[in-house]
Amino acid sequence: MATVQDIHFREPAGRVAEALTERRDDIAEEMQDLAGEKMVLNMGPSHPSTHGVLRIVLEMDGEIITKAVPDVGYLHRGDEKIAENMTYTQFIPYTDRLDYLAPLANNVAYTLAVEKLMGIDKALPPRCQFIRVICCELARISAHLLGLGAFAMDVGALTVFMHTFTEREKIYNLIESLTGARFTTTYTRIGGLSRDLPPGWVDQCRKFIKDVIVNFDESEKLLTRNRIFVDRTRDVGILPKDVAIDYGVTGPNLRGSGVDYDLRKAHPYLVYDQLQFDIPVGTVGDCYDRYLVRMEEMRQSVRILHQCLDKLPDGPINIPDNKTVLPEKKKVLTKMEELIHHFIVVTQGVNAPPGEVYFGAENPKGELGFYINSRGGGTPHRLKIRAPSFVNLSMLPYLLPGAMMSDVVAILGSIDFVMGESDR
Amino acid sequence: MNALELANKLIARFGDLLSAPVEFRGEVTLTMQDHERIQEVCAYAKKELGFDYLVDISSVDNYGDDPRFTIVYELYGYGHRCHLRLKTSVGEEKSELPTVTTVWRTADWHEREIYDMMGVRFRGHPDLRRILMWEGYPYFPLRKDFPLAGKPSELPEVAFTRPAPLDGGPFVTLPGGKDAMAREPRVRQPDTQSVETISRLERRADIRKAHEPDNPSPHTK
Repeated sequence: MATVQDIHFREPAGRVAEALTERRDDIAEEMQDLAGEKMVLNMGPSHPSTHGVLRIVLEMDGEIITKAVPDVGYLHRGDEKIAENMTYTQFIPYTDRLDYLAPLANNVAYTLAVEKLMGIDKALPPRCQFIRVICCELARISAHLLGLGAFAMDVGALTVFMHTFTEREKIYNLIESLTGARFTTTYTRIGGLSRDLPPGWVDQCRKFIKDVIVNFDESEKLLTRNRIFVDRTRDVGILPKDVAIDYGVTGPNLRGSGVDYDLRKAHPYLVYDQLQFDIPVGTVGDCYDRYLVRMEEMRQSVRILHQCLDKLPDGPINIPDNKTVLPEKKKVLTKMEELIHHFIVVTQGVNAPPGEVYFGAENPKGELGFYINSRGGGTPHRLKIRAPSFVNLSMLPYLLPGAMMSDVVAILGSIDFVMGESDR
Repeated sequence: MNALELANKLIARFGDLLSAPVEFRGEVTLTMQDHERIQEVCAYAKKELGFDYLVDISSVDNYGDDPRFTIVYELYGYGHRCHLRLKTSVGEEKSELPTVTTVWRTADWHEREIYDMMGVRFRGHPDLRRILMWEGYPYFPLRKDFPLAGKPSELPEVAFTRPAPLDGGPFVTLPGGKDAMAREPRVRQPDTQSVETISRLERRADIRKAHEPDNPSPHTK
């Protein structure tokens, strides 16, 4: 009769790691041989789950990833170089194309950075500030809806994608009637907005946020207790708190790891200090937590939108300084002073003082920051964009090794990045 | 505790190495004289003063000044919620300073980006490669002496720089001039001084001549 042996089966990658951590060099080499030849798999730059043009070179041992090297830059357009060569106002359209899923939030973040440099960010009229908050939160809902839909689709739940895209379409209709464009909004201006809310817009928006809550519930029903979804996301891609901070991760990814940090609360800009909302925080830091955080953030955004629409004051939308904001067209055509101001603002731009500022705003993807180094005048000497997607992607070499091949799509989906912003 | 107090603590520890704090729009900036000690200062700021989050590293090209490059570190602490800016300069001949990847891992990609865009190297960086431009690209595009329209850089089998599909492109604006007409985006030949560009333009002219019909239509005249 054959003797019965205990079978200790562990994945080869795990055995190698164990041998290496025990620092037994004699067996480490042997184990390396046992683990077999590693295979290098190229993922992207055009892979459906890379949401754009991210390329990852994966080194695989069987089905387990041992090393991941992300390769970014396929969408590099030199935005920072372009910014140095034009006036502050001329750069606003370029910010649409950073995180192209939330152009309104980018517009607001950029103009706030320039306004901080000029020292007028606290002097904005209340109506302008409220409208900007509405823009930010609409953009957040829209970006999270897309992020969730694409994430769910990547892990096999196509229905959610259809649900969320129906609602996004309504947001785009709202944005279109507000700005005249669906994607390339270019809505804000230095010291104000390009136009006021169109008549009836507030009611349309109210109707939308009443409807969208139903959609959140539906999506949540499809996902939160969905066995397949939970199995594929829970305890996958765990990002511990300290590692998240070390890698500079921001936004829902950071909060999913349990750090209670949101720029809207920590350093309130615009009128966020007058609004009531909660910051959802995760506990484990896995893909499921990141999903839950985004889901709750959308509900909080709706809460903010309700308050903003209720409190929305009347009044001007631009600061009363014609050397910063374009004067009214009617006056430009009839009055000399306004004509001169118009000419100067268009040709030379706003007159920013020399100095340097950093302004970070809580965007859907995380902290979108602008570092502006000014030597005075209408153009920045250096404008650095701190793109949240770029920083969030830099943790992939930490997050992917040890995961299975099929987990890559779940992890990428849960990080929710945009390459337009990452590559700038 | 506010940012100014934290900055003063840093000055108390490192003395003359750091200049007096400058406040502008509520932000505190410290300038460091000797860039060789950036790692030491950052490690102290993280460990003792709680700056556990490196927001960003930027680089500024002060073209024409000496030292040429300024590296800007944006520090933030989740504990005390204060922001501090640390600046240091590095000259063009050396253009190298110690890495801070040992302090914050997020510095990895930021430093690679600065190397890619400005050509400032970081000593001790684990993997200092280009990140946004492709491997083998010969220039540093964010330097002020690099033209906005770009420079031709042929790399067989990897990358090429042909004119944009529109005739004569790329369409570029002129930096900073007061004259709006001159600044308007239009066709500008990238750096016509360089020999390779001229030869390329000649080659293109030759091709165009070869394709010209014998009897040009009245529209082309």
